[in-house]
Order: sequence, then C-alpha cells, then structure tokens
Amino acid sequence: MTPDNAPRPPKGLGPLAKREMRFAYMLLLPTFLIVLSVVLFPLFANVWISFKPVTLGDLRAPSILVNERLMGDVEAVGDEADIRYRIRNSSRKSDIADVSMSDTLPATLEIISIDDRCSLDGQTLLCDLGNYEAGKREDVIVQVAATQAFIDDPINVKDTDAVFEFVPENILTNNDFTLENFRKVFNASDFWQVLWASLYYTIAGTVGALVMGLFAAQLMNITFRGRSFLRGLYLSPYVAPVIAVALAWVLLLDPGPGGTLNALLLQLGVIDGPISFLGQRVAEINFLGLTFNFPVALTVVIIFEIWRYFPLAMLFILARMQSVSTDIYEAAEIDGATPIQQFRFISLPQLMGIMAVLFLLRFIWTFNKFDDIFLLTGGAAGTRTLTVNVYEQAFAVSNLGAGAAVAVVVFMILLVFSVIFFKFSPEDDA
Amino acid sequence: MSRFGNVFYLSLLFGALWGAIATLLITLLALFISGEPFQPQITAGAIAGLVAAGVLTAFKSANRTIGLRALAGLAFVLVLTVASGATPLGLAMSSYPVGQLIFVVITAWLVIQAIHLNAIGFGPARERRYNVEVICLRFIKGFGIVAFTIAVALPFFVMVMMSLKNQQLLLSNPLDFSIDFGQGFQALFRSYIELFSQYHFGSYLMNSALVSVVTVLITLFFAVPGAYAVARLKFPGQNFLSRSILLIYMVPMIVLVIPLYAIFSQLGMRNTLWGLMLVYPATTIPVALYMLQGYFRGIPAELEEAGLMDGLTRLNVIRKITMPLALPAMASVALYVFMIAWNEFLFAFMFLDNVDLYTLSRGIAELNSSEVPRQHLMAGAVIATVPVLALFLWFERYLVAGLTAGSVKG
Repeated sequence: MTPDNAPRPPKGLGPLAKREMRFAYMLLLPTFLIVLSVVLFPLFANVWISFKPVTLGDLRAPSILVNERLMGDVEAVGDEADIRYRIRNSSRKSDIADVSMSDTLPATLEIISIDDRCSLDGQTLLCDLGNYEAGKREDVIVQVAATQAFIDDPINVKDTDAVFEFVPENILTNNDFTLENFRKVFNASDFWQVLWASLYYTIAGTVGALVMGLFAAQLMNITFRGRSFLRGLYLSPYVAPVIAVALAWVLLLDPGPGGTLNALLLQLGVIDGPISFLGQRVAEINFLGLTFNFPVALTVVIIFEIWRYFPLAMLFILARMQSVSTDIYEAAEIDGATPIQQFRFISLPQLMGIMAVLFLLRFIWTFNKFDDIFLLTGGAAGTRTLTVNVYEQAFAVSNLGAGAAVAVVVFMILLVFSVIFFKFSPEDDA
Repeated sequence: MSRFGNVFYLSLLFGALWGAIATLLITLLALFISGEPFQPQITAGAIAGLVAAGVLTAFKSANRTIGLRALAGLAFVLVLTVASGATPLGLAMSSYPVGQLIFVVITAWLVIQAIHLNAIGFGPARERRYNVEVICLRFIKGFGIVAFTIAVALPFFVMVMMSLKNQQLLLSNPLDFSIDFGQGFQALFRSYIELFSQYHFGSYLMNSALVSVVTVLITLFFAVPGAYAVARLKFPGQNFLSRSILLIYMVPMIVLVIPLYAIFSQLGMRNTLWGLMLVYPATTIPVALYMLQGYFRGIPAELEEAGLMDGLTRLNVIRKITMPLALPAMASVALYVFMIAWNEFLFAFMFLDNVDLYTLSRGIAELNSSEVPRQHLMAGAVIATVPVLALFLWFERYLVAGLTAGSVKG
C-alpha cells in the first residue's frame, strides 16, 4: 500500500513533451495537408463518384445562354418594339438555381412595360428569374418605344451584354445516386476475364521479376572488368521513361514490315510468318497430344513487365548480398560445401527476408500498374487488366461513374491483399 | 586414373554451346552492321566449338599457352568453314571476303576465350563435385551475362538505330542497322532536328525539366521536416506514422486519376503545369519521407543535442546539423524523385491538352500515330531517355545507396 501523498509518475505529457509534440505536428503538417488533399480526399471522392451517374461530358458546368434581340420595326418616333431575351439552360441534365439577369437598356428607348419578374433601376433592368431546370428555355420581354434620339442614332441592344448570376448545380455534389455503375461492372461479360488477366499478370510479373532479379544479382556479385558498366546498363530499363521503352518494344515486336523481331525470326527460319506478339490473343499449342490455349499478348506484356522491373529486385538483392558477412561462406568452404550448396543453404535463407518484402511491394505495384499495358496494347487482345479497365470505362467509354466503380473494385482487392500480406508477413528484418 | 575425366567432357559440351552462341550472335551482329542477309550457321558453330574445346582442354590448364589457344582458334575457323560448306556466315565467301574473315576471326577469338575462361584452373582429368559445380556455374554465369546484356540492350539499340534511319529504309529492310556516315550530320540527325524545329520538342523538354525540378524542390521541402519529426521527435502516433507512411505509396495512381481529373477540371487546374506540380509531390513525398527518416535515424543524436545545448533552435539544428550530414541521402532522394517526375506518364497524359504545356511523355504519346514516321517516334524516345539515364548513371552510386538505405538494414 502506498500512502496517498506519495509522489506518483506524472500522467499525460509534460510541458516539454507537449512542446516537442506540437513542433513535430507542425513539421508534419505540410506533408499531411498535401497527402490529404491529393491522395486521401480523392480516394474518398472516387468512392463517391462511383455511386453517381456522371459522364465525362457532365464535368462542364451548365451555364445560361442568352440571345438578345430588338423585335419589330422602329422607323418613326413612338414606334413600339420588344426587346426579347431568349434565355436557356445550356445543359439537358443539370439544373441551375437562382438565376438573375441585369442589363443596361439604351437611354434613348422609352420603356413601356417590363416582365413582372423584373424591376427597373434607372436604365438598368434587374430580373429575378428563379430556377432553371435542365433544358428549360424562356423569353423575357421588355416593351419599348423609340424616341427621336433613337431614330437619329439607333443603338443595337446587344451592345450592352445581359449579365447573369446563377448557381449551377454541381453534378459531383448533388444528391443523385445510383448503383448502376457497380451493376454494370459486375455484369460485364468480360469482368471475370479481366480479373483473371489482372491476377495472372500480377503473379507472373512479380515472380518473374524477382527470379530474374535474383539471377542478375548473382551475376553482378562476381567481380569482373566492366561490371559497373553492366550494372548501369541493367538498371536502365527501370530508369528510362516508360513511354520510351514501351514504344521501342512496340516497334520491335511490330508484325508488319519494319518489325525487327519478326524479321529476325523469319531470317533465322524460326517462324514461317510474322507473329502479332501484341495483337494475338491466344495461340494453340499442341503438346503431348494436348492442346493448350497459350495467351500470347498477355505473356508478352508480362515479359515486358519482367524486363522493366527485374533491375529493382536486382538492386535490393545485391545490396542485401553484399551485407552478408563472408565468414559464413569461409566456414562453409572449410566444411566442404559446394557452391550450389552454399547458395541453397546460406545465400537463399539470408535473402528470404528481402525477397518477401520485394514480393509484397512488387505484387501490389504490379497489380496497380497501368501505363505499361496501356502503352503496349491499349488493353486489346486479352491484356485488359482491372487498371486498364478503369481507364477504358472512364475515358474511352466516357462513363466516369463506371470507371470509378472499377477503381473501387481495384482498391478493395488491394485492401484484401494488404490484409493478407500483413497478416502473414514474416517478422523479419528489412 | 584416366587422363580424360568429367571436366574434359563438360568442356566439350560447353565448347559446343559457346560455339553455337558465338556464331549466332556474331552473325547477327554482322547482319545488323552490314544489312546483308547473313544466316547463322549454328550447327557448324557447335561442331567447331566442340573440336576447339577438344584441342584446348585436352591439355592441363597450365599448358594452355597463347600458341595452343591460337591453334584451337585455327581449328575452330577450319571446322566452321568446312562444316558450313565454306559459308561460315551463311553467304558465299566471295561477297565481302575481308569483312567475313574479320567476323569469323572475332567469333573464333570469343569462343576460345570463353572455353579457356570456362575451364581455367582445371585439367582434363576427373574432378570432384565441388569443381564440377564451379565449371558449370561459370558457364551459367557467362551465359547469363550474355543473355541479360542482349535482352536489356536490344530495345535501346533498336531505339537509337531506328531514330537515325528513314521510314522507307526501315520498312524495306528492318534488319539493316548500318549507318551511312557519308550523308552528313544534318541528314543523319534529321529526325532530331525536325522534332525540335517542327514538333516543339524544345518546349516539351523545358516543361519536363521545370515540372521535375519543382517536384524535387517541393518534395524535399515537405519531406525533410516530416522525416526529421518521424525520426527524432517523440509524439503520439509516431510509430504508426513511420509504419503507415509507405501505405500511401501503395495507392494506385489509376484510382486517383478519375477524382483528380473531375475536381481539377471543375477548378480549372487540369490543363496546367501547376496541377502536375501538385500531384507529383503528393505521390513522391511519402516515399521520400520514408527514405529520409531511415537515414536520419542513422545520424548520431549526440551531434544534434550538442547543437541544442549550444543554443540552436530545433529548426536551426535541422538546417545546420542534420541537413548537411544527410546530404547524400537528400541527393539520392532528389534523384529518385526527379526520375519519377520526369518519367511520369499517366497524369501528364490525362491532364495536358495544350501543346505549349506538354511534357516529354505527353509529347511522345502525341507522336504515336500512323501519320508520324517511326524514326521521329524513336528520336523522341531517345530525347526523353538520354537526360534521365545520363543523370542516373552519373550519380548511380548515390541512387543505389539511397534506394536501398530506407528498407535494407545490414
């Protein structure tokens, strides 16, 4: 039992700790703000848009269009005419609220009557026109009579523009919601095929890049002349702009005249006719009497992915390998372990940690990858992955809502992956 | 013990393989350089390689003198010529005899060198498993280096070569990568000159540079204080932040592109470089922060405490002590961010409509149509690749250290 007046450890943060906390938050504030506004908020906005019937064209806000004319012949003093404002809502889908118009009428016209929604302040006409629902059009008429001054010096009523103030409905923030986008996504005939292509691309691309990276790291771990040059060369697919290398591959694989690889294979007699590497969906392969449908374009796209990202895996694996102490290898050497045994029982276990991390990161990044496939095939020939489908729906079919719905599916799958990975990820270094 | 053992038979096998590989590659090289329809004589090359390996590795490693190697090379040339019916490169020797001879000699030299290095240190007699593995791994590594080098270099090679040719030549003989230096500088680099004079590539280059540099500056300006806070200061949520900041990096760009497109369109920020300069840093700051905080943790805290004792404020500690010490890490982060911003395609493609604002990626996407000849397309690709690759290779050491510092601990 402690007496009541015994000193206790302070609760909460002391003043110094509080100051440190405030300072830390201040340093982190800019980062927090930009990430909030450009990453987290759009993530939320994407979910919002996925429930809305929005197309690309709806992004242009509706506005008021007006055509102003003097109707009737004015030839003598006292001739009557109408100034007609033909007003309409430019959009057929969105409403406009609180429309008001103001215009300066020519001083040389005598005003006889005005629309009852309007009032006159000197020569200034003020009209409160209320709400314009989608597609509404109407006329506002001001009756005038000509004075001598007008006959002497006719003025075009259009010279002073009618000025409008209004509140256009924002298609993104109104209360129009729908489930149609998701219905469209899941009912699409090729949804499962797209999902399958995504998974195949992700798994094969990740594993391939890792294995190739591991192999390349073994090659770069031996010393020979020109090694640093080769290492730089091997990193270049990763460093070069994706559009440059992707288009180089497209021309390299071109099935038409001028395609280097097809010409090369023809010259070597490997193939009989040009192969459309990026345009052919499947090739039938007969093997041991069985017929397989080999996905050509998808495989080529995966090879590109491996080609482009093996350097990253190589870099990380190499860094890890060079930090392994040589003592272990010397001990193994004395014990008579062969090179393959050393690799299998010393190197590989040491590399498992970084390989697991790389697999995790690359898996997610490959799943997220858009530009590579988009630039190589545009999603044709069975290479449409979920990410390409987002673009396809939102910008090719111009249905932003449906695109956002696919994006939500992408994000959900990603969340599932992340949960699985972090649950089973080894509590290892790296 | 028999004079010839497993090493000798392995050497024969690898000799045949090296012979086939070298014949294939050198013939293709000859084909690319000359544009003549050479045919690789792979079988003949394999037989010649086998014979050459037989000659060379029948002797003990120490006895494989230069003279013996020359002899084996001669055997290779002879067998290759005979086995291919006097057409070592697949064409009669009467056309380009000198050129063909040079290529055959190069092939022979490469094969002999490969066989020699493959078997160096081991005689023809039987060896234990350890040494057999060493020899096999030598072959696999050698083969790997050749295969990787070709696979990596080929698209870049084609990119550069195509940019120097013209459409007609490209279509008539796509394998002819010979360069006619006689046509003069202007004609050789015509695609590049036209891109800069007619296709606004000068302005694309400036836009790309501007966006990338501004992205780097903003990223560092935001990430350095943030990383310092996460690495050094104690506050509730510190642990959570240092773990979860990388999660931001997992968010797919394609998920962000629709809302950002919609919002930026309505705010009038879509078709501007400012829009890109806001989006790019937002995507690079988390990873920059992560990389920097890893480095900051490695700087001894005592140095900063000494500064605090001497009366510096925290901000000045960061400015005068931490940042100078973290210069290498900041350089590598800057380089990495520059690379990301320079290469970025998706947002540039979605956001920019105005030719004056195009970045290189966006500009090249515009060239990708059937109306623009392909040498222009490839010249554009070269223009976009060279700056970032040059910068990267120049500072490679920094980048590698920085990239791996954040996540790989010793």
